[in-house]
Amino acid sequence: MTRKGIVLSKALVHLLCLVPLLLLLRRFQMDDLGADPVNTITHATGNWALYILLASLAVTPVRRLTPRLAVLIRFRRMIGLYAFFYATLHLATYVFLFSGYDLPGVLMALRSGHVTAVFAEWSRVWPTIYDDLLKRRFIQVGFASWVILLALAVTSPLLVLRAMGGKRWQWLHRTVYAAAVLGVIHFWWLVKPGVTTPWRVTVVLTVLLAARILHVAFRRSGPAGRSSAA
Amino acid sequence: MLIRSEGSRESVIRSSEITPQHVFESFQRSRRQFLATGAALGAGALAAGRLSGLVQPSVAHAGSVTYTVPDPQTPLQKAATYNNFYEFGTDKDEPARYAKTLKTRPWAIAVEGLVKKPLTLDIDTLLKLRPLENRVYRHRCVEAWSMVIPWDGYSLSELINHCQPLPSAKYVQFLSLYDKKQMPQAPSGYDWPYSEGLRMDEAMNPLALLTFGFYGQTLQNQNGAPVRIILPWKYGFKSAKSIVKIIFTDKQPRTLWNEIASGEYGFYSNVNPKVDHPRWSQAHERRIDGSLFPHTIPTLMFNGYADQVAGMYAGMNLAKYY
Repeated sequence: MTRKGIVLSKALVHLLCLVPLLLLLRRFQMDDLGADPVNTITHATGNWALYILLASLAVTPVRRLTPRLAVLIRFRRMIGLYAFFYATLHLATYVFLFSGYDLPGVLMALRSGHVTAVFAEWSRVWPTIYDDLLKRRFIQVGFASWVILLALAVTSPLLVLRAMGGKRWQWLHRTVYAAAVLGVIHFWWLVKPGVTTPWRVTVVLTVLLAARILHVAFRRSGPAGRSSAA
Repeated sequence: MLIRSEGSRESVIRSSEITPQHVFESFQRSRRQFLATGAALGAGALAAGRLSGLVQPSVAHAGSVTYTVPDPQTPLQKAATYNNFYEFGTDKDEPARYAKTLKTRPWAIAVEGLVKKPLTLDIDTLLKLRPLENRVYRHRCVEAWSMVIPWDGYSLSELINHCQPLPSAKYVQFLSLYDKKQMPQAPSGYDWPYSEGLRMDEAMNPLALLTFGFYGQTLQNQNGAPVRIILPWKYGFKSAKSIVKIIFTDKQPRTLWNEIASGEYGFYSNVNPKVDHPRWSQAHERRIDGSLFPHTIPTLMFNGYADQVAGMYAGMNLAKYY
């Protein structure tokens, strides 16, 4: 692919990754977020964090199908960063809306210059959040997943990779699998018993993990001494 | 139709409960349209003679508005599109889309078990059994959101007295319709039909409402048409929808959510801000009303109906009997 082609493709991927957010903003503008907008926003950001995380995990197996797709690797980092972006929006929705944080009230207070309202609301909802973190396992696994994505996002620049050294960097970045598994567990643990909505992401994640295990198995039994980047 | 009477607690409305003016105005606009449409529909329905007294204001509001709350009401549009009615799908917007297949006529409730004589009550007989009252109740979902809805019905106790249960009846069980043909979206893994139950004294509490309508019109299918119960001091799932059978028993009946996850959903399921759901706190709720964004408010013990119901649970450990 030409340099120009790469730039154009990257712009396209940026746009695609922003579509879910733009649609959500559009719905907000149209007052079309349903009876319980907090619920709608929580689900939309959480779903897209998972979908995009799975898309970033799909890059390597798809790329291996044919050498002509090798160029896909150039998009993996940005797709991964978008997964972190949506996971962060999801976490922010939990902290600033779901927890009972009066965001509309605080915004109004901010407009009239009362900056302290931000912290007053925070100290009001913090006990609820703290309680959730201590008690609720679906919150714990979800938060753990976000912490992993945060670590990966922070270490994503090339400069950091060079500073860390390839081996250590790669070891750290393999925890993305753990982030995806925790994300899917988070989904299963939050739905009511008997609800099966998370089955689709579970199937996709299973297929992606199986593709990797098969790849490693084949490589081990294949020509000795062949080295390739994972 | 949407009468708001002057409640004695009018003075305690918090500023957070006041709907912003522009939202209120747009709601008023849609309300007027809705009332106009409703009146037209009502006239047509009366001509067809099918909706009984429901659309006739003089009957719908016979006597007075007997119960109300000072909180702003949830717009009908939200109450009719954000539902838990798993037989019609597990997403909140699915019941509104799929419950159209529910046939609400002919409809009858079979009364069985510990009664003087088993009987079958046709829906149109039930509708005329007692005058319908308009009651504005808070409705608190176990999922920590809530609405304020004007229901039309009469006290469940009136029906129970009519059924003449035996003194040995200690509980009453409510079974909802289950028909795979009308409910192709019903997920497997649940022991349908939906079953709920109450202790006899709970069922006889004047607050328990046998409900046929809301917002001065017939219940929409996704809201439990043609007849359901409303128990405002309990989490919403206790208020069984589209009831086809009532059984009086001497044993605590099976209740569907309790069977599915007894650690999450107890038999009593009284609204209690001090007893958490294992996966979230019940101390607060997102109040869905006319405002653009739901605001979070503290949840009240027994959903604010402690004066009327707390006596029934005196001496009970409500953390154990959640």
